[in-house]
Amino acid sequence: MNVLIPSMEQFVQGIANALSLGSLYSLVAIGYTMVYGILRLINFAHGEVFMMAMYFVFYVTTLFQAPWYIAFIAGIVGIALLGIVIERAAYKPLRNAPRISVLISAIGVSYLLQNLAVVCFSGIPKQFPSVPLFQDVIIVGGVHIQRMVIIVPIITAILVAALLYLVNHTKMGIAMRAASRDFDTSRLMGINVNRVISITFCIGSLLAAVGAIMWGLKYPKIEPYVGVMPGLKCFIAAVLGGIGSIGGAVIGAFLLGFIEIMLVLFLPGLSGYKDAFAFVLLIIILLVKPTGLLGDKAGVDKA
Amino acid sequence: MKRMVSILLSLLLLIAMAGCSTGDTANNGGSTNNGGTSDDGGSSGGDSDAIKIGIFQPLTGASAAGGEYETRGIELAHSLYPEVLGRPVELVKVDNKSDVVEAATAAARLVESEQVDVVLGSWGSSLSMAGADAFEESQTPAITISATSPNVTLGNEYYFRVCFMEDFQGAALATYAAQELGATKAAIIYEITNDTCVGVRASLVETFESLGGEMVGEASFSVGDQDFNSQIMAVMAGEPEVIFIPGNYTEAALCISQARALGYDTSFMGTDIIDVPAFLEVGGSDVNGTVTSTFFDPAAPTTDVGEEFMEAYSSTYDDSPSALSALGFDAYLAAIRAIEAAGTTDGPAVKDALYALEMDGATGALRFDDNGDAIKNQVVLKVAQDGEYVYYDTVEVNLE
Amino acid sequence: MGSNQTVQGRLNQPGASSHKNRNRILTAVTLVIFVVFLFLADQGIILDSYGVRIIRLCGVYTIAALSMTLINGLTGQFSLGQAGFMAIGAYTTSLLIIPPEVKEQMYYVTPIQGWVRDMQAPFLAAILIGGLLAALIAFLIGFPVLRLRGDYLAIATLGFSEIIRVIITNVGSVTNSSIGIKSIPDTANIWWTTIAAALCITLVYRLMKTSYGRAFKSIRDDEVAAEAMGISLFKHKMLSFVISGFLAGLSGGLLASVVGVINPLYFRFTLAYEILLIVVLGGQGSITGTLVSACLITAGKEWLRFLDSGFSIGPITIPEISGLRMLVFSALLMVVILFYRRGLFGSNEFSWDGLFRLIQRTGARCKRLIRRGEKGGAAK
Repeated sequence: MNVLIPSMEQFVQGIANALSLGSLYSLVAIGYTMVYGILRLINFAHGEVFMMAMYFVFYVTTLFQAPWYIAFIAGIVGIALLGIVIERAAYKPLRNAPRISVLISAIGVSYLLQNLAVVCFSGIPKQFPSVPLFQDVIIVGGVHIQRMVIIVPIITAILVAALLYLVNHTKMGIAMRAASRDFDTSRLMGINVNRVISITFCIGSLLAAVGAIMWGLKYPKIEPYVGVMPGLKCFIAAVLGGIGSIGGAVIGAFLLGFIEIMLVLFLPGLSGYKDAFAFVLLIIILLVKPTGLLGDKAGVDKA
Repeated sequence: MKRMVSILLSLLLLIAMAGCSTGDTANNGGSTNNGGTSDDGGSSGGDSDAIKIGIFQPLTGASAAGGEYETRGIELAHSLYPEVLGRPVELVKVDNKSDVVEAATAAARLVESEQVDVVLGSWGSSLSMAGADAFEESQTPAITISATSPNVTLGNEYYFRVCFMEDFQGAALATYAAQELGATKAAIIYEITNDTCVGVRASLVETFESLGGEMVGEASFSVGDQDFNSQIMAVMAGEPEVIFIPGNYTEAALCISQARALGYDTSFMGTDIIDVPAFLEVGGSDVNGTVTSTFFDPAAPTTDVGEEFMEAYSSTYDDSPSALSALGFDAYLAAIRAIEAAGTTDGPAVKDALYALEMDGATGALRFDDNGDAIKNQVVLKVAQDGEYVYYDTVEVNLE
Repeated sequence: MGSNQTVQGRLNQPGASSHKNRNRILTAVTLVIFVVFLFLADQGIILDSYGVRIIRLCGVYTIAALSMTLINGLTGQFSLGQAGFMAIGAYTTSLLIIPPEVKEQMYYVTPIQGWVRDMQAPFLAAILIGGLLAALIAFLIGFPVLRLRGDYLAIATLGFSEIIRVIITNVGSVTNSSIGIKSIPDTANIWWTTIAAALCITLVYRLMKTSYGRAFKSIRDDEVAAEAMGISLFKHKMLSFVISGFLAGLSGGLLASVVGVINPLYFRFTLAYEILLIVVLGGQGSITGTLVSACLITAGKEWLRFLDSGFSIGPITIPEISGLRMLVFSALLMVVILFYRRGLFGSNEFSWDGLFRLIQRTGARCKRLIRRGEKGGAAK
């Protein structure tokens, strides 16, 4: 096994790449964690919502010749609505069913959306619309950085701050936290649990849409299975940080981004094992902390 | 209520079982009713004396695009030559879902229930191999369109291929890079989850090093990967003059874009897999200058059939044709020419006719060797330029 | 409905012995019919080899689903590692039954290692070794991961299964990397798969009647209570996990022989989802339910193939749409998931008494409906 010692410049470039990957992971991972935190549901359909967001933006741009900001806003709004629809159709009827039924329903939704995309959009990949504002490259001391690398962490930070404010300081947030502890009691306390859950899904999907748009700008391909790998990786990131914890998801996502980039950079011979790194890291962390880095005990008791 | 429906579902199972067993007769019944009113290839339509050609392709799943491009070529050829031996040809499509287990079942369905006379496909070597046993057992000749692994046709006298093989392609790319471009240092980033790419990598590295070149970097990726920054930086550390990228088109396009964003302008060379419009679509202007080694050049067809194909393609589809479509066209032509020569649809006779076949296809002259592999000694190199592939060079390689 | 059933059950008590005889006869008759059916199918009299292949796959998927039923439904440990265990079984079996010279020819990119080339075993031994190797790996993985619970256990087992797949993709001199293995002898005919499935069903069924089985169920229902009763959680979870690994490995070996070709991509984590769908559709914790739903899903997917090639319903002609089959399949799945949330069988097992009660009840309900319809008609 040959170890590669990168130059300083390459190392800095690697850090820039890892930051950009980590912030993309974290955008999607917080969507997972939001839904899990309230419903204790691993939303396996999250990756497919992500994929749908990419198609949505693509079609708004190409069919209506809309400028990118309008397409993005339309995409985010459309996908937030899709999130509510999915919740109403596939999860709400199972509110009192065993947890595993809801999980299976999520897998079912993910299959359905994938197959729907194959039928409606065909398997031939499309290019995500390009926006030079995000994609242009700036060179700082020999390090090449796409503007996204700076913009995405800022967006992530704003969204996380907004989310934390929402959860910790608003009435809705209190209701969400109450619902995440105990459905029945919060219902008795006069909380409209169904509304809380709908809003949670709406926010989760909205985050997936923002993540998908940023992802599409960085990796501009759209096909029916484009959401599978990001979905899985971001799910791992969320579990790493302790699923249910917003801060944990962000930490987990950056950790995963760094490990993936740095291991391949230093040990290119291991690049074939890249997909396994994420899991090895996950298993090691779970063995040391069975509920992830910032996971709470409550999650275990309920799980 | 629940119980009632569970019984209903069990009944459904029984019906499904019955459907499997009587599928054949049911289809025949259907066809007498419809009596050739539809010739759009439905399995239930068509004349009972129609010659059936099976399309065995991934129409869904990760390789759906490859299946789609090949099917286009087959359908174009079918629309131009819808008859052979005075009988109509009916296309029967089955989806192998890009999955080997589905592929094996789908192949059995084609030869047993649908009783097709010739099978065309599949995209991908593993998927093609999954059908190999069924085709051999039922003595149904099969022609794969783009499966480049030697394992597909090896030891199976009913499997043919119209494309060249991966060792040939790897050797061609390496030879061109070393002799024409004068590269002495090269790197490779290949798709480890793709059988063809693993095969191309082996012959490529061997040929390049035997020609005195040095491989200064190697990294791999998996299908579905989207971030290649670390692979690029790892191979770039050796300062290669050219980077080979045998890998799927979307991954290759993303990888090249990311290399450009990192400020590297080293040229990339890929295999026929990237010779699809989707590669240019996803890669945009970043992939300008990328060279692909492929089967034919649509801009300069060398045969009349090639011109015919081009005309048919451009009148049906908007994009420029993929080599996969041209090969699909050739596979269909080979099938009907062989049936014509044999004068029958009897499997062994058609197989022998295929071995004896000499014809002009869209991609050039076509002849099969004793393994059932197309005899080809030319690779066309094309270079991507502003959303189009333009002819670059032709390489002749003689292995051994 | 549940209380109704027990009342009726009690009412049926007096005639229980005659029912027992009746049930025995019914079971025997069904078995004979089934064996005759298999014989005719095997001889190619009532089914072509396509139909036979589907029945063989039903057997294979039944075993795979059974392995998940055992650990998920009966022991309550949410494990998603089946794909990895199946891969181990499939690769081990294939490499043991393919003749050395065929193997050597197949490994054209990375030369095969001598011991892999030379290892050989008869088919029965090969599938058992495949199963045992998968069980061994399950044992090793079990030590760390069985301490985890719920979703964390699920993701950790899924992780191990992906790690196994990535390793298989990378060690070319043993597994032929992504090129995969072909020309796997077609030994697992309809008898092999059916008898294997029957034996596995019996094994799990018998196991659940022993003290181990009762311990599994008590762990599923309440871990804390089970532990308080003196049940060793780790030992029992491990036992269930290892047997589940064995069954998955066995099904992988049979699958390889039925299909004839395997490659690492087939054993992605999505395979575990598909098996989970079978288990949940059949009813978590129902062995017969698993059997029925494995056959239903395998055959149903094939049955829906007509959707892909264009068809007509009366005057409406649906043109051919690629992917329509899978779209309809997933939509049907959603319907089942939403309306039969406990699966087809819940956690009950099939019994003749149950079937007769069902027929009686359905008959009574139909009568009631007809009567109501008549009344409605009269009122108008």
